Amino acid sequence: MKTRTGPIVEVRNIYKSYRRGTQTVPVLDDITFDIEEGEFLALMGPSGSGKSTLLNLIAGIDKADSGTITIGGIEITSLSETELAGWRATNVGFIFQFYNLIPVLTAFENVELPLLLTGLSRSGRREHVDLALRAVSLSDRADHYPSQLSGGQQQRVAIARAIITDPTILVADEPTGDLDRHSAEEILDLMERLVHELGKTVIMVTHDPRAAGKAHIIKQLEKGVLNSDVHSQNTL
Amino acid sequence: MFILKILFKNAFRHKLRTSLTVLGITIAVLAFGLLRTVVGAWYAGVEASSATRLVTRNAVSLVFFLPISYKEKIRQVPGVTEVGYSDWFGGVYKDEKNFFPNFATDAKTAIDLFPEFIIPPDQKTAFLRDRKGAVVGRKTAERFGWKLGDIVTLKGSIFPGNWEFIIRGIYRGAQKGTDETQFFFHWSYLNESLRKTAPYRADKVGWFLIGVKSPDVAPDVAVAIDKMFKNSLAETITETEKAFQLSFISMTEAIVVVIRLVSFIVIVIIMAVMANTMAMTVRERTGEYAIMKTLGFGAWHISGLIFGESLVIAAIGCASGIALTFPAAKAFGDSLSQFFPVFIVARSTIYMDMAAGLIVATVAAVFPIWRAITLRIADGLRRIG
Repeated sequence: MKTRTGPIVEVRNIYKSYRRGTQTVPVLDDITFDIEEGEFLALMGPSGSGKSTLLNLIAGIDKADSGTITIGGIEITSLSETELAGWRATNVGFIFQFYNLIPVLTAFENVELPLLLTGLSRSGRREHVDLALRAVSLSDRADHYPSQLSGGQQQRVAIARAIITDPTILVADEPTGDLDRHSAEEILDLMERLVHELGKTVIMVTHDPRAAGKAHIIKQLEKGVLNSDVHSQNTL
Repeated sequence: MFILKILFKNAFRHKLRTSLTVLGITIAVLAFGLLRTVVGAWYAGVEASSATRLVTRNAVSLVFFLPISYKEKIRQVPGVTEVGYSDWFGGVYKDEKNFFPNFATDAKTAIDLFPEFIIPPDQKTAFLRDRKGAVVGRKTAERFGWKLGDIVTLKGSIFPGNWEFIIRGIYRGAQKGTDETQFFFHWSYLNESLRKTAPYRADKVGWFLIGVKSPDVAPDVAVAIDKMFKNSLAETITETEKAFQLSFISMTEAIVVVIRLVSFIVIVIIMAVMANTMAMTVRERTGEYAIMKTLGFGAWHISGLIFGESLVIAAIGCASGIALTFPAAKAFGDSLSQFFPVFIVARSTIYMDMAAGLIVATVAAVFPIWRAITLRIADGLRRIG
């Protein structure tokens, strides 16, 4: 049982810029916000507003120029690359727009992949994967390869892979961007269930207002600056 | 098991490319193995030489003879146990292409000095009793279908005329590397004839073979023999059998160096082919490595996957190459047995094949690994979709 109090994600004064040739292009400008545990947050904004960059910083796959990000009490901005890799393995679940499953592995093996970094035995891993696939209603497709699954099913496998290590936060970058309306609805319902039933904290980047409508809080980014929050009807 | 499965599946994702690379490695390892075996065959005589045998020859050149009278003097040198002698006969069987080494030799001593030539006792007795008798190696006997009692005529190239011999013994080698192609007969048979036809060539030998008590006394014995014949009409050079054999090899050293060089160039070429395959593979999978890094797989894991894949491809090619080396060497050795009487794939050649495979796999993986581990995850993810 987790006993930690306060926000699970604390973002403080984050600046990030990219170099394009000799020019420095600012992407994020003094971003500060918190996310509470069990919250479903949507990051919206036009292309190039910096929302994916912000998501990458929170997920520990990119480095900020300055500022701090603390997740679950760990200041990840001070971790080395190796420490970050270890931290990501147990604290972050990723859901991508294009599912990003390994094509030569079955659904079962794709979900099992992150568990290779844990000390779990083979039978222990099997137990966890069965549970995760059941949670996304794909037990009957465990032996299928990604190419044998629909887009929605592949995304559900990706979600099972994201939750398999019971991470602190789930980050999703346009998770419905490549799906038809029906499949997108299924995925969003599944993500809602992860928040409501499993108490997961989800940070989702999206362009889709319907997807954002499922979140508790919507944060708007424009030219690297965070606008005031919009509380969705789906508030806690 | 899971990791091994990933390695094999990754290795064969692009079946045609991987198959061609494996084929390339197979051929390279096969070529490397055969070339190394050729080098080994070149040195087979050196390898088979004994540390307790010395050879005394004319100091000017091997083509000059030594008087047979030296035999008793050499025998007096402390440390000498036996003294034999031989002449290169250079006989031709029917046609010059039917080459095999043949010697006129002091039969009794030759048999004692070469325990690696195994002759059944009854055949040994028959050979020693028959002035025209000859002993031939198993391979040469099989090559020409000779059996015991067969009469064989050799045409002399150094000693003119047709020389008739009766096969009284067929020897086999005590070890795998023993030369089983030689033919030897009684020096006395040759000498008797020379006394009549070419007296100036009679009572002379090509070289003396000297047995010594132990390898430790060999240098002193050699010095003592050469000192004994200093300032004589036929000064001598005495050296170990190994040095004697090496003096022949040194005449063709340039060829051996070229063969060695080519064998390594073959490996360097396949290294470049393999490196190209791995570079293409990793470039195609940049996104996947970014995903794996995202999931928490570190530099060591990614390096292991890439190196493992490289190793799988190299190992399959290497194993196929090694497996093919044996039948290829057999076929090669059979067809060129007159030039390479001993053509055996040495264990060291197999180890070198394996080492070459490992080096190819390692070198081919270095650059792709560096690219994959220095890849920024965000950049890698951008390449997907």
